[in-house]
Order: sequence, then structure tokens, then C-alpha cells
Amino acid sequence: MSPLLRRLGPLLGLVATYLLFALLAGASFTSWANLELMLLQTAVVGTAAVGATWIIVAGGIDLSVGSTIALGTMVGALVLRAGGTPLDAALAAVAAGAAAGALIGVLVTGTLLRLPLSPFVVTLGLWGALRGLAKGLGDNQPVYPGSTGWLAALMVSGEGFLGLAWGVWVLLGVAGLAALALRHTVFGRHAVAIGSSEETARLCGVRVARTKLGVYVLGAGCAGVAAVLQLSYLSMGDPTPAQGYELKCIAAAVIGGASLAGGEGSIAGTLVGALLMTVVDNGCTKLGLDNWVQEVVTGAIIVAAVALDRVRQREG
Amino acid sequence: MSGSAPRLVARGLARRFGATRALDGVELELGPGELHALVGENGAGKSTLMNVLAGALAPDAGTMELDGAAYAPRSPLEARRRGLAMIHQELALAPHLSVAENVLLGCEPRRGPFVARAALAARARAALAEVGGELDPDRPAGTLAPADRQRVEIARALAQEARVLVLDEPTSSLGPADVAALHERLRALAARGTSIVYVSHALEEVFALCTRYTVLRDGRSVASGALDETDPDALVAAMVGRGVESLYPRGPAAPGEVVLRIEALAGTRLPRAATLELRRGKVLGLAGLVGAGRTELLRALFGLDVVRAGKLRIGALEGPRTPAERWRGGTGFLSEDRKGEGLMRARSLAENLLLPRLGRRGLVSPRALAARAQPWIDALRVRCTGPHQPVGALSGGNQQKVALARLLAAEVDVLLLDEPTRGVDVGARAELYAWIDELAHRRGRAVLLASSYLPELLGVCDRIAVMCRGELGPARPVAELSEHELARAMTGRRGA
Repeated sequence: MSPLLRRLGPLLGLVATYLLFALLAGASFTSWANLELMLLQTAVVGTAAVGATWIIVAGGIDLSVGSTIALGTMVGALVLRAGGTPLDAALAAVAAGAAAGALIGVLVTGTLLRLPLSPFVVTLGLWGALRGLAKGLGDNQPVYPGSTGWLAALMVSGEGFLGLAWGVWVLLGVAGLAALALRHTVFGRHAVAIGSSEETARLCGVRVARTKLGVYVLGAGCAGVAAVLQLSYLSMGDPTPAQGYELKCIAAAVIGGASLAGGEGSIAGTLVGALLMTVVDNGCTKLGLDNWVQEVVTGAIIVAAVALDRVRQREG
Repeated sequence: MSGSAPRLVARGLARRFGATRALDGVELELGPGELHALVGENGAGKSTLMNVLAGALAPDAGTMELDGAAYAPRSPLEARRRGLAMIHQELALAPHLSVAENVLLGCEPRRGPFVARAALAARARAALAEVGGELDPDRPAGTLAPADRQRVEIARALAQEARVLVLDEPTSSLGPADVAALHERLRALAARGTSIVYVSHALEEVFALCTRYTVLRDGRSVASGALDETDPDALVAAMVGRGVESLYPRGPAAPGEVVLRIEALAGTRLPRAATLELRRGKVLGLAGLVGAGRTELLRALFGLDVVRAGKLRIGALEGPRTPAERWRGGTGFLSEDRKGEGLMRARSLAENLLLPRLGRRGLVSPRALAARAQPWIDALRVRCTGPHQPVGALSGGNQQKVALARLLAAEVDVLLLDEPTRGVDVGARAELYAWIDELAHRRGRAVLLASSYLPELLGVCDRIAVMCRGELGPARPVAELSEHELARAMTGRRGA
């Protein structure tokens, strides 16, 4: 199988799934409004998954994405309630994400405790701790900021640019920048090198600890941007949403061709993976199928995507 | 640089790890354009010395000078910047990055935060041209053959303007033609003034390539000088500190019944057709170029690769079987890929040694494991702190002893050995050869031995069969064979 076809594999899967639901569910599924809705439904997970892809390609993992998003919505809402502008709130939410990433980074690289820890364990810890922190910030209650200003318009379909909501543009912008940086910056190539072979990268003088720290800041920073979208969608800070998003992000990356062993993965693939999961959710809803069917189908797709990729690799 | 002043000088280098003196007074002098052999047994301090030269370890005592200026690199990066680059034995490339990106990894030309793609491609191409051959700079490095990966590594050193190259066992994964090509390239580099430290266990190569030598033993430089004023025996004597009677002992052969028979065996891609018969009490060698299908044949026999066609019987078992069935049926396999699949580096000697049969009825007692492992550690003289030491902490030769001991402990009748002495020093190699001789010729085991190292095949085996492009030739007695003839058969040309 040609490398091009291999890279297009996830996209073909997305198109096939889309056509299947289009046939079964008809116009209510294929309408422009529904298409835009699906893109909008992908915005939060997709934005976070872009960051997760960076982390996975660099050979790491982040299990605290959902908790970071929840924390971000709380921080943003608190800033708004304290009289901050919507821009202040958005920057604060992103900063909260980046700070979480920095914490992961210093723990994983051993900068903080002088012994490197596995990212799986560190982020498993933060998965609980950040969620707890989010709850603590609001005294176990959601934070209602009153007005969210222009933030409110991010996640409304029909209000936007070229027929797409602003939230979708945020996703596309973050994805575009992240893809460009992964492919064309020294930082990005060093991240790939570390995921591909950390020993080699170290040997060649790549500043491994610094690069990893940067990757986690960037990755969790994307979760912070996702938090801004989530805040906009909910119009409040809430410690409970985005449960399980960390796994959805990983699933999107893996469906899109990323290897959990590091070194492989693309932002475009991840977007396709995230969209594929939305299409299944949305399509099943349109067909009136129960929630459990969606969950089973999504699970099957994840396993099938990885199995197919292995088959392609063996042939290639 | 003037022609006479030395490029690199080390005086009185010392380094200890806990109670062990890894380096204990090492002197090294390397001239510009010199091809300098660094030899010594495993554990003699070669790795430590290389790490000190390359900036990965700081010495406890001693001084170094590079081109007349004090040289005390604090990191591999600093060493590279000063012009000393190391080419590692475990070839160090990032498999997912392109050849060009690997060549300039860590020193990419930039435009602001971006990689300057055009400059990167041009500089990589220039460096690749110096190492010869056509390498596609855009190809992922992971898809290259070992010899090409090594060229990428050397190109990397050249791109970073290295004046001293340190090569650690550079031919351990190369076939004869690639070895010749590498030597050609190193001579060309040396002729242009690059100094080369060549670390190798293959004394034939050392004598063929290098002009001067330094012998390390027990952390000291015990001999050095010009190679044309010494001979291999004297070098070996200096390395082991005593005379070696014979590297290849050979007991009287007493062939028994046929325990392994295959006919027209074929795998998915390799081998294409292999027919052979192996008796108890015999060592049968498999010669062939890298990629000829020797490893694939052994893997197929052991059940690690698919058997597509052909007949196969090992011991009492007809047809293809799983590795678990093979171990129970009295067949053991030693992998060429010690790091990747041969051993679990982080696990203990005892676990590695006894993995084919850890315990009875599903229970494993660490104490019982240690007790069962100890006799084998003693028998093979594995240098270690005890059965609980992680295997990754041992030297290459001692790791390989553990890998062989695994087959001994499982008391197998048929031993499938794939490159059993790769990266193993002369002393440990002599011990491994003695064991292979003991097993086959005195204890009546059957040994199938694949090796790229022809002197070893001729020294150890009773018969040798040559594999070429997946097809196995007839096995012939070693008395009828020469290195020259084998090399011709390996490249597919008919012997004279």
C-alpha cells in the first residue's frame, strides 16, 4: 500500500462512515446545519486532542485533559465574576491549562523532584487532583459569571464566519498552527525525535527535558483553549464537564494514525479521528439509536482503526 | 593543525563507579588523520573511556587536550561542538525522522523558530555525499538497512565538522561487502585529516584498517604502538594478560541420530527454500550476507515466524510449533537482537535465565529462582553482583553468557544460535566457543549456528551451509572450505 493511501486511510474511514449514515438517516443528517453542528460538537474535544497529539507524538501521554478543561472553565468564570473582561477570562483559562502542562512537564522530566516520573502516573494523579482543584475553586458549586460577553458567541451555530461558528474557527486555527509547528519548527522536529528515540535525541544534543516541558505546556495549553470553548458553551464555570475527554483525545489521535509508542501521528489525522467519533454520535442520534449503541460502535472503531493500521504497516 | 602535533591526548584518566575502578590510568595519543585501534576485553574500560572522550562521563582524574587546547567536555553536545563525535554500536537514529533530519538532528539550520528546509536538505546532501552511495535524504531513517543507517550516523558526524570520530564496534551488524565499503570510507576520511578511534573485537579488521593501537586491560592502557610492529597473538596476549592456547577448541565429534530435518522450508518472504539435516553431536553453521534469510530460517524453525511451505521435524515434533512447544520439546533459541528481544534488560539475571520455565504450577519463588540460576552463573563465569542484578547492567559479553545459559538451564537438545558472539570480546568469545564445543562434541547436543563472522564459523562448526537470497546451499565439511570460498558463495557466485 502506498504511503499516501496509508495516510489517507483514516479520512477514507471518515468518508465511508459519513456516507453510511447519510444513506441510513437521510437529509436530517446531511443538511448543512447538521454538518456545522457536527463540526461545532467536535470543537472542544478536537482542540484538546490537537494538544494530546503533540504529547503522544513526543512519546508521552496526558490523562488529565478532561480535568484540565474543567479547571479552565472554573478559572475563566472566576475571572469574569471578579470583573475581568472576556479576553482576561480566556487568557486565564489558557494559562491555567499551560500551568497544568508545566507541572506535568517538571514532574515527568525530573526537574522538580530530581527523579523523572512516568507521564502516565503523573497525569493519572493530576486527573484526580485538577478535578478536585476545580471543585475547590467553586466550593463544590458551578460559578455563574453573569455575562460571558463575546465568549458567549463562540459556540453558537450560525454566528460566525463563512457559515461556520467561531468555535470551529478556533479549532481550525489551533490545529493549523499546531500542525505547522510540529512539521516545520525545530521544537516540533525535536518533539518527534524524542518520541521516536529519546536516547538518540539526547545523544544528538537535543535538550530533551526542555523540549518535553514545552510539549506538555503546549499540549495542556490546548486543553486550556478547549476550556474557553467549554466555558462559552456552558456560560458558566463547572467542575463536572469533560469527563473522559482525555480518552477521547487519545482515541482521536490513535484513529488518526498516532502510535502510543511515540514518533508517529499527525494533527490532520487527529482531526479526522475526532470528527469520526462525532459523526458516529450524531448519526446514531439521528437514527434514534440508544446511547449505548454509540459507545459500542465508537469503541469498535478505535480497535478497528488500530488493527487496520497494523495491517497496513505489515504490508508496507 | 600542523601534521606532527597530536590531535587528541589523554593523560592519566581515571574513573571509578562505587568500588570498581573502570579507568585507572589511561594514556591515549591520537595524531591527525590517524586510524587508531582501541582494543580490550569487555569490562576492560573501553566503554567508559569512550564515554569520557565523548563527554558523557566526567573523569575523576586526568587531563585531555584536543588540538593543543584543554578538553573537558561536560556533555556529548559540548564534545560534538569541539569536534569529537561518537558513532555508537546501537545505531542511534530517530526512525521516524527523515535521513536528512537525522543528519542534522540537534543542529538544524533555522530561520527564527522554523527549520530552514532548503538549507537542511543542502547540508544533509553534502554530508551524505561524503559517505558515498545514494541515500534518499527524504526517506524515513527507520526503513534503512544497518549499513545505510551507519552511513547516516557518520554523515551526521561530518555535518557537524567532527575532527575526531570514535566508532564503537562499527561492523557488528554489517556484511563483508559493507565492512569493506566502510573501511574504504574511513581511509578516505583519514586521508583528509579526520582522526579515527576504531573500537573492535575483530582483530582481523583492526590489522586490515588501522595503523596504531592501544590495548586496555582492567582500566589501564597496557600496550600501544604501531600495528605493523606487532601481531594478533601478541595483541590478544596483551588483552587477556596471558597467552590463549586456542580460540577454537574442538573435541572429538561423535555424531548421533538426526534431531532436526527440514525439506524445502519456506517462510512468508524468507527463507525461500531450505533443506538440511542436523545430528546430535554436530555444529552446523549458517553463513550468508545480512538479509540472506539466516535469521528468518532460525525464527521459522523456532515458531517465531510463519512457515509457509515445506517439511519440518525437530526432536519428536513434526511440523511448525509455537516457541512454547519448542522449549518444552527440547529446542532453544538465542536471538541476534539481544537488546530488543533477547533479554529483558530491566529484569534480573535469574528471571532472564529461567524465563522458559520460571516455576512449577504457576508459582514463582524469587529465592528458588536465584538458587536455580546461581550454578549457571558460576558455570559460565558471568561477571555480576548476583542473580538479582538487572541484566542491562552487565557488559555485552556477560549478557550473552546469560542468553546462552538460558538454553543450558532449559536443558535443550537442539540449540538455535543467531549471532551468539555479536559485540562480545575475545576472552568471553573463547569461553562461548568452548561451551558450544562442550555441548555438541561432549554432551551430544545439536547446534545450528548463524554468524556473519567467517573465522568463527570455520573455527567452531563441523559443517557449514551458505544461505543466499533465501536459498540454503548444501552443508559442506569445514575442512573443504575457505573464507574466500564462503564469501564467494554468500554473494551468489559459484565457487571455483
